[in-house]
Amino acid sequence: MTVPVVLFYAFAVLAVVSALGMVLNVRNTVASAMNLVVTMIALAGIYLLLEAYLVAVVQIMVYAGAIVVLFLFVVMLLNLRHDTFAPGRQWLVKAGALLLSLVVLSELLRLFSGGLPAPQAVLAPAGFGGYRQVGIALYTDYVLLVEMASLLLLAAIVGALILAKRRID
Amino acid sequence: MPVEVIVKSLFILIVVVVGLAPVITWIERKQSAVMQDRIGANRADVAGITVLGLLHPLADVIKLLAKEDVVPTGANRVMHQLAPMIAAVPAVIAYAVIPFGGVYTFGDWKLSLVAADPDWGLLYIFAIGSIATYGSVLAGWASNNNWSLLGGLRVSAQMISYEVTMGLSVVGVFMIFGTLKLTDMAIAQDQTFRLLGFLEVLFGLQVPVWLDWLRLPGWGIFYQPLGFVMFLTAIMAENKRPPFDMPEGESEIIAGYHLEYSGMRFGLFYMSEFIEVIVIAGLVATLFLGGWSVPYLSQETIIGAIAGPFNTEFATGLCMIVHFACFMLKVIVMIWLQMALRWTLPRFRYDQVMDLCWKIILPLSIVNIFVTGAVMLLARGSS
Repeated sequence: MTVPVVLFYAFAVLAVVSALGMVLNVRNTVASAMNLVVTMIALAGIYLLLEAYLVAVVQIMVYAGAIVVLFLFVVMLLNLRHDTFAPGRQWLVKAGALLLSLVVLSELLRLFSGGLPAPQAVLAPAGFGGYRQVGIALYTDYVLLVEMASLLLLAAIVGALILAKRRID
Repeated sequence: MPVEVIVKSLFILIVVVVGLAPVITWIERKQSAVMQDRIGANRADVAGITVLGLLHPLADVIKLLAKEDVVPTGANRVMHQLAPMIAAVPAVIAYAVIPFGGVYTFGDWKLSLVAADPDWGLLYIFAIGSIATYGSVLAGWASNNNWSLLGGLRVSAQMISYEVTMGLSVVGVFMIFGTLKLTDMAIAQDQTFRLLGFLEVLFGLQVPVWLDWLRLPGWGIFYQPLGFVMFLTAIMAENKRPPFDMPEGESEIIAGYHLEYSGMRFGLFYMSEFIEVIVIAGLVATLFLGGWSVPYLSQETIIGAIAGPFNTEFATGLCMIVHFACFMLKVIVMIWLQMALRWTLPRFRYDQVMDLCWKIILPLSIVNIFVTGAVMLLARGSS
């Protein structure tokens, strides 16, 4: 086995194990969130092996470095007040989770019913996955989608501000 | 190739982490003593020899190693023990992409003085820095102490806020040098530019040729003075040392997130802050102060001048040493600046720090990006 293959298996095992750790760790929400961080970092390692450098760095910066920190922030605040879920709504949550996992399972079965395609040795073109290529693609071919996403984010920011301001007033 | 990388990494570890970090604790004590008109750290001695207090870092290490490692009751044991390591590791591995010198050719052997040099070097440092948040946040949460938890919450809010501004405040630098690769940035700053060239670009005035000698080194700080100030502020806030040490704030929350740590686990938090001071100094030197380049003397000039009387290989080797010394000098100046700020400014209030981030630096850095872009477009149009 070559070095990239060994690294791939290491990252893949790490990603699966930490993802399981995240789901099965029902007692300790913070440990769950830390498992999520490890999953994100392992996925970033796999992106690196695929030569998608920018995606790998953004994965760590945005998902592992910012979003999960905000999760932790919320979890830590909730721990302070010993909040629990309302007992009456539990069955609704469980039914929703079951429905969602059935949909995902059926999708997976449909995808893999034809068997996995054989791996092909394709060399990435020069500069593939770098910030230059991603930037050019985002601001020429996909500029409409970028603008739509930015509008969505703006709406979210304004909404959050209004909610927070009502609480203060 | 792997051997070369290992040798360079060991060099960084030994010179920077083991060599420079303890000296910085000494500098901090001694500089504060000088600034406060005291004699300062001078008591630790071996057989009566104090060497200006330089033995204090050694005494610190012995003290920290010999202390009991306390885990408070009700704390999450695993997280409590992991947190200092999560805080220290990112600080050390961030050095991998900071160039200590350029590329030197000895016959057919090319030596570059950087452990790893990816195209996305600067993004790597930002990614590593965003991971460093977890050490302090987890320490605050796992200690089972209300003051620690408050410190952890402050860390997470402060570091996430300043990560955003830190990234945006250096966008102007990427735009001017057209790269995120730290060695390429340093090479670009090895040149000089005409001081009055902006008159031609902005106002269409013809600058007489006899004023061409008025040149500045092409350092980031001369292209992006506002970016330099904003980046230095943001990255110092990211390091959470005074005046940005709300997460520790002794007068409000005792010692914040590392309140419940003792012995070497506390020492790891302490050391990681000092190691980050060197990372910041190296990064600011590379982005804004020309990296390893000697002002007004490009690499070719130095090698050419020495190669005359001696041979080229000797000249290249000498040039390498000069560049390394120049880089270390810039790093030491930046460390001195951070220490001077640390002992000059009192701690900000929490809302002032957040206002500084979101209401001052963030809008200014966005304005900076647009102005830089407009000037670059004008310059491109005129040439």
